This record gives sequence, structure tokens and C-alpha cells, in this order.
Amino acid sequence: MTTIDLRTRYLGLELKNPLVAGASPMTGHIAQLKALEDAGVAAVVLPSLFEEQIEHDEMELARLRDFGAEGSPEATNYFPELTSYRTGPDAYLAQLEQAKRELSIPVIGSLNGVSSGGWVRYAKLFEQAGADAVELNIYYVATDALASAEAVEQRYLQLVQQVRAAIGIPLAVKIGPYFSALAQMALRLQQAGAHGLVLFNRFMQPDIDLESLQVRPGVELSTSAELLLPLRWIAILKGRVALSLAATTGVHTAHDVVKLLLAGADVTMLASALLRHGTAYPRQLLQQLGTWLEQNDYSSVEQLKGSMSQLHCPDPAQFERANYMKALMSYSSPT
Amino acid sequence: MGSDTASTTVTLDGNEAAARIAYLTNEVIAIYPITPASAMGEFADAWAAEGDPNLWGTTPQVIEMQSEAGAAGAVHGALQAGALTTTFTASQGLLLMIPNMFKIAGELTPTVFHIAARTLATHALSIFGDHSDVMATRSTGWAMLCANSVQEAQDMALVAQLSTLRARVPFLHFFDGFRTSHEVNKIVSLPLEDVRALLDEGLVRAHRARALSPDRPALRGTAQNPDVFFQAREACNPFYAAVPGIVSDTLDAFAARTGRRYRLFEYYGAPDAERVIVLMGSGVGAVHEAVAALQAQGSKVGVLAVRLYRPFDGEAFVAALPPSVRSLAVLDRTKEPGALGEPLYQDVLAALHEAWDGGPGASRPLPQVIGGRYGLSSKEFTPAMAKAVFDHLAEPKPKRHFTVGIVDDVSHTSLRWDADFDTEGKDTTRAVFFGLGSDGTVSAVKNTVKIVGENTPLHAQGYFVYDSKKSGSITVSHLRVSPRPIHSTYLIQRANFVACHQFGFLERLDVLSYAEPGATFLLNSPYGAAEVWQQLPRETQQQIIDKRLSFYVIDAAKVAQEAGMPGRINTVMQTCFFGLSNMLPRDEAIAQIKDAITKTYHKRGEAVLRRNYAAVDATLQGVAPVTVPARATSTLQRHSFAALDGTSDFFKRVTALILSGHGDLLPVSALPADGTFPVGSAIWEKRSIAAEIPIWDDTICTQCGLCAIVCPHAAIRMKTFAPAAASGAPAGFVTRPWTGKEGPAGAAMRIQVAPEDCTGCGVCVDVCPARSKEVAKHKAINMQPKEPHLERERANFAFFAALPESDRRTIATDGVKGSQLLEPLFQFSGACAGCGETPYLKLLSQLFGDRMVVANATGCSSIYGGNLPTTPWSANAEGRGPAWANSLFEDNAEFGLGMRLALDQQRTLAHQLVRELRSELQPALGQAAYDALLLPQPRSEEGYAEQRARVAELKRQLVRLGDQPSAERLASVVDALVERSVWIIGGDGWAYDIGFGGLDHVVASGRNVNILVLDTEVYSNTGGQASKATPRGAVAKFAASGKPSGKKDLGMIAMAYGNVYVAQIALGAQPRQTIRALLEAEAYPGPSLVIAYSTCIAHGIDMTTSMTHQKDAVKSGYWPLYRFSPQGADHPGGKPFALDSRKPAMPIKDFVATEARFAMLAQAKPEQAQQLLALAQQDVDERWRLYEQLAGVERNVPQ
Repeated sequence: MTTIDLRTRYLGLELKNPLVAGASPMTGHIAQLKALEDAGVAAVVLPSLFEEQIEHDEMELARLRDFGAEGSPEATNYFPELTSYRTGPDAYLAQLEQAKRELSIPVIGSLNGVSSGGWVRYAKLFEQAGADAVELNIYYVATDALASAEAVEQRYLQLVQQVRAAIGIPLAVKIGPYFSALAQMALRLQQAGAHGLVLFNRFMQPDIDLESLQVRPGVELSTSAELLLPLRWIAILKGRVALSLAATTGVHTAHDVVKLLLAGADVTMLASALLRHGTAYPRQLLQQLGTWLEQNDYSSVEQLKGSMSQLHCPDPAQFERANYMKALMSYSSPT
Repeated sequence: MGSDTASTTVTLDGNEAAARIAYLTNEVIAIYPITPASAMGEFADAWAAEGDPNLWGTTPQVIEMQSEAGAAGAVHGALQAGALTTTFTASQGLLLMIPNMFKIAGELTPTVFHIAARTLATHALSIFGDHSDVMATRSTGWAMLCANSVQEAQDMALVAQLSTLRARVPFLHFFDGFRTSHEVNKIVSLPLEDVRALLDEGLVRAHRARALSPDRPALRGTAQNPDVFFQAREACNPFYAAVPGIVSDTLDAFAARTGRRYRLFEYYGAPDAERVIVLMGSGVGAVHEAVAALQAQGSKVGVLAVRLYRPFDGEAFVAALPPSVRSLAVLDRTKEPGALGEPLYQDVLAALHEAWDGGPGASRPLPQVIGGRYGLSSKEFTPAMAKAVFDHLAEPKPKRHFTVGIVDDVSHTSLRWDADFDTEGKDTTRAVFFGLGSDGTVSAVKNTVKIVGENTPLHAQGYFVYDSKKSGSITVSHLRVSPRPIHSTYLIQRANFVACHQFGFLERLDVLSYAEPGATFLLNSPYGAAEVWQQLPRETQQQIIDKRLSFYVIDAAKVAQEAGMPGRINTVMQTCFFGLSNMLPRDEAIAQIKDAITKTYHKRGEAVLRRNYAAVDATLQGVAPVTVPARATSTLQRHSFAALDGTSDFFKRVTALILSGHGDLLPVSALPADGTFPVGSAIWEKRSIAAEIPIWDDTICTQCGLCAIVCPHAAIRMKTFAPAAASGAPAGFVTRPWTGKEGPAGAAMRIQVAPEDCTGCGVCVDVCPARSKEVAKHKAINMQPKEPHLERERANFAFFAALPESDRRTIATDGVKGSQLLEPLFQFSGACAGCGETPYLKLLSQLFGDRMVVANATGCSSIYGGNLPTTPWSANAEGRGPAWANSLFEDNAEFGLGMRLALDQQRTLAHQLVRELRSELQPALGQAAYDALLLPQPRSEEGYAEQRARVAELKRQLVRLGDQPSAERLASVVDALVERSVWIIGGDGWAYDIGFGGLDHVVASGRNVNILVLDTEVYSNTGGQASKATPRGAVAKFAASGKPSGKKDLGMIAMAYGNVYVAQIALGAQPRQTIRALLEAEAYPGPSLVIAYSTCIAHGIDMTTSMTHQKDAVKSGYWPLYRFSPQGADHPGGKPFALDSRKPAMPIKDFVATEARFAMLAQAKPEQAQQLLALAQQDVDERWRLYEQLAGVERNVPQ
């Protein structure tokens, strides 16, 4: 048993180690959440509540109830009226409340919204249900050729400001990497009231089914190779912004965790790894993490965190654009 | 369920009013759906599902039975075991209860059946209201208590319950179907405490004490012999004698408790009236108004309303009449052909005779009595008609028997009435709203009635008229608002507010005929106030000018769209009504509408509420007044069905009037006396309800025929023809060379849409497999806005339809392509857009239509197949086509079997007579032809054509033989020599439930009938109640928590006989297997049963995917495809069972996730849904395991 101090702070929350179960189907049921807690994760992020999904369900229900209704003298409608349809966020909030009741680790609610009213309303409900923090999962595909990058960024900032103003619990923002000036964006999100960034949102990307010529959602689990993108940006941001940094995407092995902590992550979030290996997997990771730290003479995670950030690493230029050139050059034939 | 202690006003309809009391005062409720009583059962089931308690704090057991006969049996048993028990029904359902009703009454068992009185099917079925059903039960020995209004439907429900417990005589509590059952009105509720106070618990205990119990065993239902039966039957007399007194006492107690005073016979009118109308039911309201108006003019008239009809208390009746009465008109809402008069008339005569024959009336002259029929099948009955009756009574020699409300130019029974006689209160808001079933107009008006009724001191009444279409149905909502209670039990004739929620109606309907001078006219219009005038038909313009209407427009579709509710204009139009009618201050009205939205939609969720609120807020600024010019200048004219070219004389005289909304004007002589109607009139209707229609791209089309085979309305067709036939075609009539093997070589082909018959469901486009290589979304047919294509496609369709049909003998019909070259003889029905049933019927009509006889069970298929005004079953150019009839819901298999027996008998006779006439016929026909007449025909189109030719020649020879008896006899049955295809068609409610016993008997008969079950897995026609075909886990009415038991395997039951051809098919999944199964079923010389998966709006799927969805039903093993052919030789190794679908390759959860009937349970009750889903998966797995084994079983059935 390791004696290394694995504790870390994320969004102002004291966590017993840097492993967090990120938002995924693996955090969708109380039994899984309890198993994850048993396996040692320090916090859980519930799956995203999609405002769009809620609205869709409600409107579909209304459409269903109205369809064919009052069109025939013989049938005023075609379905019985149920006591409740549990539309809206009720089921999600009930799950959040149950998770808070039955877990001792922090529980973070994740919210994917489409309208400013929706974000604020649901974030408040999360807080009322006992969430320890809110993670805003902003997923906006800017397809409008007439909308400027500045306008899009303003939307992000306004959302964060509005939600910040509405709740008292910590607020993390999960974003994608596609910003022209990501570092500045991070700073502006901080100024807008975010307490932390979750890097990065791994968007579902559409795929084409060659059989049916239909566009289908493409869902692939991540691999360790994908962690390089968050690793770079965490290394760059660490020390430049006063934000907690969470690494997500590509966290599969203890070495992945170590690398991200070295780059400056406060926590690392597991999703694909849990889907692939199951809820007991964090126990193994924690053991390996402890062993690595021990073998490499680290006494605590705090000691490790950010020690290889761009500000602290021996060769900061490696994290910059030149990196690509250098990589190419390193593969060049010796002259 | 209402207040516990205090009387409050509530706004509801008659069904809910009666059901509330029935639910409170009973412990067991056995139900079965039937219009217009279904809602009572649905209410009871919904309340029980929520655990609402009855008077004794328990939740009544509510159970759906397999038929009304079953419900009555269950009620009888529950009563015998001591439970307070009830049921709800109407019409044919009540008839099915009659045997048990005799028993229940004979055993002096207290119960109340609540009846929404409805027409009995005679020359035609009618779902509407009259008293023919309750009158058919007069001899059962039940007391009959009539409620005349929504308020009374509540009050008399309790009076009946209280009285039956005391009297031990069972009660029918009835009120008029639709007029009362569906009228929404403001009434004073009966609080629980009043019910409790009035109900004598001692009588409940006495009922329980009489129950069967092994602790005090007794027998009931003995068989008695001539020695004692008669005496025993007379032993009940004192109980009946006591009933009027008991009801009278109950009414007194009721009045003392509630302040509402009712009497056995209620007189209203002049104390010195000389002319009195006697009637019962909702018509009392109309007569009341006439009496009030005539009295005000000094007439000595009155009305006597009958409440307790059985036992008929003659003395009380006479006592209730004013002594001054000289003549009585007794109105019956039923018809008893052959009787001296209708029932109430006869009772009145008998009562008067007894009273005057030595009774209390003897000192006065006997009043003259005449009897009239009115209001059959919800025929309008107005104060003007009541006045006509009073006027007629004043004539020196009135007709002893008359009718009112129709023009009888055959028997000359009818009275004329003055349509201008108006009794409506001048301070009553009278509004009429024209809408589509799908646009929410009726819901909005119901909400308006509730808003006014429940939040203001005003009274409100709503009544709703629907047409019989299931797609694009037109609704007319009648709304009255008044400072006084509203008893006007008739449609509004003079509206001061008319709203037309669909612009297109103006072209077809005389919407403004309802508007009184100076009324407000609100039109939902895509055109603004400045442009709309020129878009109106000239007739509408003239009416607006002549009646000096205040004319407003709003683009409600736009407001709804912008609020995020495309197509749902109800909230917008409702807000307009409040804004323009000034019934309430505008701000208050807005607040009330929003409050009503919250009440109506709160269960749907916040998004729905927000969008409706947004629609309300955006509405009033969109309403614009239209400046009305002085002259009508439009060149547009309202559509005239009567002016259509090419229609029959019958169509012009009759159908055209019905289509134009003037069916009420048709005289008796216009209508067939025996219910026989010509086929094929749906083709003239051209409802043009689609916004988008499929447009063919010939350059991509592979000519597969899938679009045509799946079309629910036969609105997209494929035809081949000689290229020369297309010369002279309209511009744009593109054709392609036919690439199929079917038909003549070198033919041309075309896919053609019937643009005005298409409902725009998009199923054809969804199944089209041919895509553009450049733009993947572009297919060989594509939905496009109708208007730009309408004119061209209309001309194209007319040309296409006139092209000769393919020669059936040259077509291989066992594939999709070939089958779709056959002419559909079922077309343009009023079925739902995307209906999953109708493609099967259309296919049957293509394959067998010209020699097909159809027995059709009551249900959706009898409504879209046989509900006037038009008929979709059609004939071909030779005049041949399916002959169709509907008997009942419960007897369809037997009905069809009867047809088979008749045809077989005729063929036997024909054979016998052909043999008898051998010496005359054989030389004339030739040996070969003569012999062939008697031989079994080859089952091919060639064979049928040859036999028809032989029969035609035979007929000519019979003419030659003149009046020889054998020849004449043979001529009357000779057509039976051509093989007839008998099809017994119906839904799962019939086949699995109410008609199962008959179906079982018919398949066991070994006779050559073909049974097609259109399995939607619910009672679709009455609104989606669960049947035994409903799968486990699906939510349906009467299965609100998901059906706990699995679907009955009807096919397996039939297969057990061994000699029945059985197939399970799904057209959208494997059309070729469907065609093959239908051909095999038809060819099999014994009974065949084909169970067809039929998608339905009650499944909660996107009906555009109605057919492609079936692929997943099959892929998941939810709906396995198979054929069981007793002619085992067709199958290798004599294995009769062929499994046509592949092993399930998709979990059931993925399939059901796409259907709301399952998904709503997963959302509402996830744990229960999960449990049921696990069982449903086991159902699928186990059934597949069984079928796989069956597929290997060798079986021979001795034939």
C-alpha cells in the first residue's frame, strides 16, 4: 500500500486523488456510481443533461398526444393520459439527489444546453439538488457562415456569466479545442466566472453509412494517442490562468494520468477507459499511479502537478507551434 | 374526482359526469370500448390506474373484457358474489348484454348500467345518438332512467344507484349519445359527502348479504318446469310496483340534500296548456326553449319530460299533465317498423286509456294523441321543429304518426318547420369554429369552455361535429357562452362569431352560412389584410358584404411556427377568439388562456408550456381587420360536386349534396331503402389535403413498384401501355420504356400521382430505393410542394387513368412489380395518412378484386371502407369489383362463412341445372366447353377469363331457352360458376377478442374462406384500447402501465387444426412474402388465416416510416414472418411450416425504442418498462425457438 499523498484540489473541492469519472454512460446509474466510488475515484461527473433532448422529448410527447386527437367522433385521442411522463429534468435531478445521498465523494452535474434560459434554469436545479459543482458542456457547431468567431465566443462568455450569476457552487466549463486563440479564450472564461476548464470535449462526429447512404453518429472510444492534445493545452495554460484544469480524452493508463498531471492537470477524467475496462478499473490505475510516484520518488500529487507545464518544463518551445517542425526534424536522416 | 364536501361548478361532458358517480359507487367495473360510451370506461380505468378511491376507500377493480357480452357476464358474476358492480356501453354493445340483463333482473339484483344511447345498426351502422338501443331492452325487466342533460347525467347516475339498491330492480341509466355524452357544459358537482349521505349503507350490506357464499350456500339460476316457472316469474311484481315510489322518494331526498328538484315526469309550460309534447332525452332542452318562446307569445303549450321510463307509472304520468291538455304529441327517438307506434307513444296511449277508463281522468275529454319520430342518428332537433309539432297539434286533423326533422316525400310523414324560428338568447355568444382534426381546434374550444365555465360566472357549452375521415377530417365546434345555464341542445344556426381555421375550407364549404348579420368573421389566412380579399371565392365575398360582417385575418400558421409549434394553431386561434369576442377583459383573457395552457399541458413539460405562452403573446398583434370592399369581384368560385363531369346521376343527386355538407336536405326518396350503395365514389372527392405530393423523377426510377404497393390511398400508380397510347398526352406526361418482363414487350411505363387524392404521408418516398448518384437525398420520387405541380399532375392523372389497364392474363402477379400493374379496386379511402392497413386491402383488390366478396368486421376498415359519403371499394371498366358488406363487430367470420355457403350452394345448384339441361346446352356450347363449365377451374387469370367467357355464352344460350323453369333457375345462379374469392377482413379487436369464438369456428369448418386480420395490436377505431393482440410492455388504453401479458399467438391456435393455411406477413418488411402468402391463402381450398402487421397512429411512430419501420419489426423478431401450408407437398419433406424471416438480429429494446407506445413507459415508469421489456425479449426469443423447431416438423393432416 502506497503512502504517497494522492490528494488534489479541483474547482475548490478537496479530492482524495486525481481520478474523476467523467461524464459518460458509466456514470448514469447509481449502482455504477457506487462501484466507481468503491474502486477509488475521487469524484463523479454525471452524464450530460441535454437541454435539447429534454425539449425534444417534451415536444414529441405533446405531438404524440395531439396526433390524431379530436379528429374523429370515435376517438378523442389514441393513448391513455399517464399520471406523469417524467419529462424535463426530473429524472436527472432525482438521480443527482440519489447520488448525493448514497455517495460520499463529490458529485458534479453536467449540462449541455442550447438557450441561455435553459442553462441558467437547469444549473440552478442542479444546485438545489445538491450538486457539488456544475460542468457546462458547451457544444456549439458554428455552421453559420455569417457568424463571426467573436460572436460565437461571446455566446460562450455570456452563458458562463449568466450561469455564474445564478449559482453559488463551483462552475467548470468543458470546451472543444477549436478556438483561434484558446489561451485568451481560457482567460476570458475565467473572467466570465468559470472556476475550471475541462479539456477537451470529445465531440460525437457524424459518419456516413456506405450501405444506406445515411449520415449516422460515429461513436468511437478514445485511445491514449488522443491525450496529446489536452496535454499540450494543459501544459500551456497551467500557470497562465487561475483555473482548475481537468484533462479528459485519452486517459487510459497510469502513465497517461502521470503525463497529464505533469503537464498541469488537477484531475484526469476517465470515460472510454471505464467503458472498455469496467467500473473496477480505477483501483488498478490508482495502484499503478502510486507505484509510479513511489518509484520516481514523488511524495504527493501536488508535487507532481504542473512540474512539466510549459512554464516549468526544460524546453517550453516544445509545446509551441514549432513543435511540429522539430518533430519532423528529429525524424530526419542524420547528416 | 372533485370536491369532498362542497358543491362546486365543474365543466365536463356527460360521459365524465356519469362515470364519476359510477366510479364512486361501485367496486367492480367491467368494460369494453364502444362509441360513444368508450370514454366512461376510459375514465374509470384511468382513475383506477391512479389508485383513486371509491366511496369506501378502495380502488375499484376495472377490467376490460373481450366483448360487451363478456362484460355483462363478468358483471353478473360480480353481482352474484356481492360486489357493487357496473358497466358502460351503447348500441350493439347493449344488445350483447341483453341475455345477462334478463338474468340480472330476474334475480332481482341491484346494479346500474350507464348508457350513452346510440343508434342500432340496421340498413347502415351509425355511431350517433338515438334511443333505439335502450328501447331494444324494454322487455329485460330493467328500470330505465333517462338523463336529459350533462347535469342530469351526473345526478341521475346517482339517483339510479340509490334507487336500485333499495328496489333491487336493476337500472339502465341512459342519456343521449354525443349530444349529452360529448357535450361539455358547466354543471354543479356532487361532492363526496352528498353521495355518502344519500347512500344507505344498510342497502349495500343487504346486497352483500344476498351474495353467494359457501358459508350459507344457495342456488341461483335453476331450471324450472311448466309447473312453477310462471308463478315464480310473477313473484317479482311487488318489486316493480315499488320502483316509481322508490325513485320518487330518492328524488325527494336528492332535492333535500342538493337543492336540485327532479320528478318522475317533469312538466314545464303553461299551467293551462292545451297542447303538450311528451319526450325524453336531450330533445327536452330544445322543446323547453320553444315552449318558453311560444308561451311568451301567449300560446298554451307545455312539455312533459319523462325521466323514469320503466317501470312506466301511468298514474304519475297523467297526474303530471295539466288538466287543460287537449292534445299530446309523443316524440320517440327510435323507430319500430311495423308497430302501431313507437314505444313511448304506445305507453302514453295505454296510460291515458287506463286513466280514462274508470280512472282519475274519466271526467275530462280524452286528449288526442299523435306520435312522431325525431332525431334518429343524432339528426338535429331544434326549437323550430318543436314549434312545428305544436303547430301541427293545433291543426284540425293532425297526422296520427309523423316525423320531424327530415323531408319524407315517400310516406309523407314529415312536418314542415320554420327554420327562422329562433329562441337563442340575444345575450348569448354563439361561436362556430371550422377546423381540421389535426389542428387542435376542438381541443382549443374545449379549453375555452373550461376557461369560461371554471373561471367566470358565465356559463359555457361546447359541442363538436366531426366528419368520418381519419385523415384530413373536418371539425365544426359549436360554442355558446351565456350569463344563464345553457340548455340549447342543438347546433348553432346563427353565430355571432365564425372562425375558419383552414383557409382552404372556403373553397369547399359554406362556412359563412352560419354567420348572422353583423357577426365577426375570423379567418386563418396566409394572406394579409391587404391581399386576402381577392383570394376569397366570390360567394364568400358576397356573404361578407351582404351580412355586413366584421372581417379579421391572422396568419396563425406563421405565429405557431415562430413559437416552435408548427401546425398547431389551436392556441393562436383561441387567443384570437378571446381577443375579438370581448367576453373577458383582454388581459384577464390572456391570463386565463395561459392558466388553461398550464393545466392542459403541464404534464408535457416546460418546453411545451413556454412555446404555447409565446404563441399567446405573439397572437394579438397579428390579428388584422380587413377593409371590406363594396362589391364582390373575385373570379374564384366555390367548388361544386354536383357540377363534376362524368359522375353518375346518383352521385349528382345524393353524394354531391352530402359532400357539400347538405346531406340534411336530402329527402327520403333520394336514399336507398335497403342500404345498398354504389361503389367507387371516392374517386370524385378530390380532398386535396396534402401540402406536399410525390413527384416522379423518371431518370432514376428502377420501376420496382414499391412506391405503388405501399401507398395507403392508391394515390401513386404504375402502369404500362403501348407507347402510341401516350400520344396526345398532356405536356409533362413523361414515360419510360418498360424494363420488366411483365406485360407486352416494347411497352412504355409511368409512375403517376393522384395529386388531389394523396394525403402527403410520404411513405412512397421513404421506401423508394433509387437515389441520385449526385445528390443522395434525391430519389426517384420526392415530396414537393403540391401547388406548383397541381395543375400539371391533375391533367396527367386524368390522362393516366384513362389509359387502358394491363391485360391481367399477361402479368405475373407474384412479385411487387407485376402486382402493381393490376388495377387497384380500393382507392382514395379516408384512412389515416400512412395507414398500415389499407395497403393490404388495396393489394387484395388488385390480386382478386374482380371476383372478390368481402365480409368486413366493424372497425377502422369498415369506417374508411364503408362510411358515407363516398366509397373507396371500386369497380373496373367491365363493372366488376369487390362486393363488400359489414354485418357486425362480433360476427364477421360467421358472416363471411355464410357468404361462402351461399356461393357454394349456388354453384352446386348451377352444376345440377347445367347437367339437367345437358341435351339443350351441350350441342350449343360444344362438348369441350360444356364439360369445362363443370370442371374445377385452373386458378389462373387465364382460367377465370375462359370460364367467364363460357358463362357468358351459357347465358346467351339460356336466353335462347326462354322461360323453361330450369333455364330461368340456372340464369339466376350461373355467375357462381366463376370462382368467387371470399375474404373475411377485420382488425385484431375482432379477430383476437370479440369475434374470436366465431373465427375459431370458421377456421375449424374446413370451408374455403380467406381471413385477413389487419393487426394494429389495439382497438384503433375507438382510440387505442388494448386487445389480446397488444404486445407485452406496450402502453394502451386499459393498459396504462404497459400490458403485463404477452400477445396471443393467433396463428399458432389456427395451426393447431392442421388443415388451416396460416401466414404472418408484413408488407413493409417483405412485400414479396406478403404477395406470396395472399396468393397461397386464396388458392388454398380450405380456410386460410393471414395475420398482417399493420402500423397505426396508435403505435406512436412517424407514419412516414410506416413501411420501413416494419423491417425492424421483423429484424428484431418482434414480428416473425411465416407460412404454414397444410398442403405439405409445397414444402420439402412435407414440412408445412416455412419460416420466412431470419433469426432476430436486433434486440427488442432497439426496436421498441422507436415506438412511443413502449417508449412512453420507459420514460414514465423506467423500472416497470425494463422488467416488461426483459419479458418481451424472452417472448421473442422463446417464440423464435418454438418456430425454429416447428420449421423442422413433418406433419400430415388427413384431409
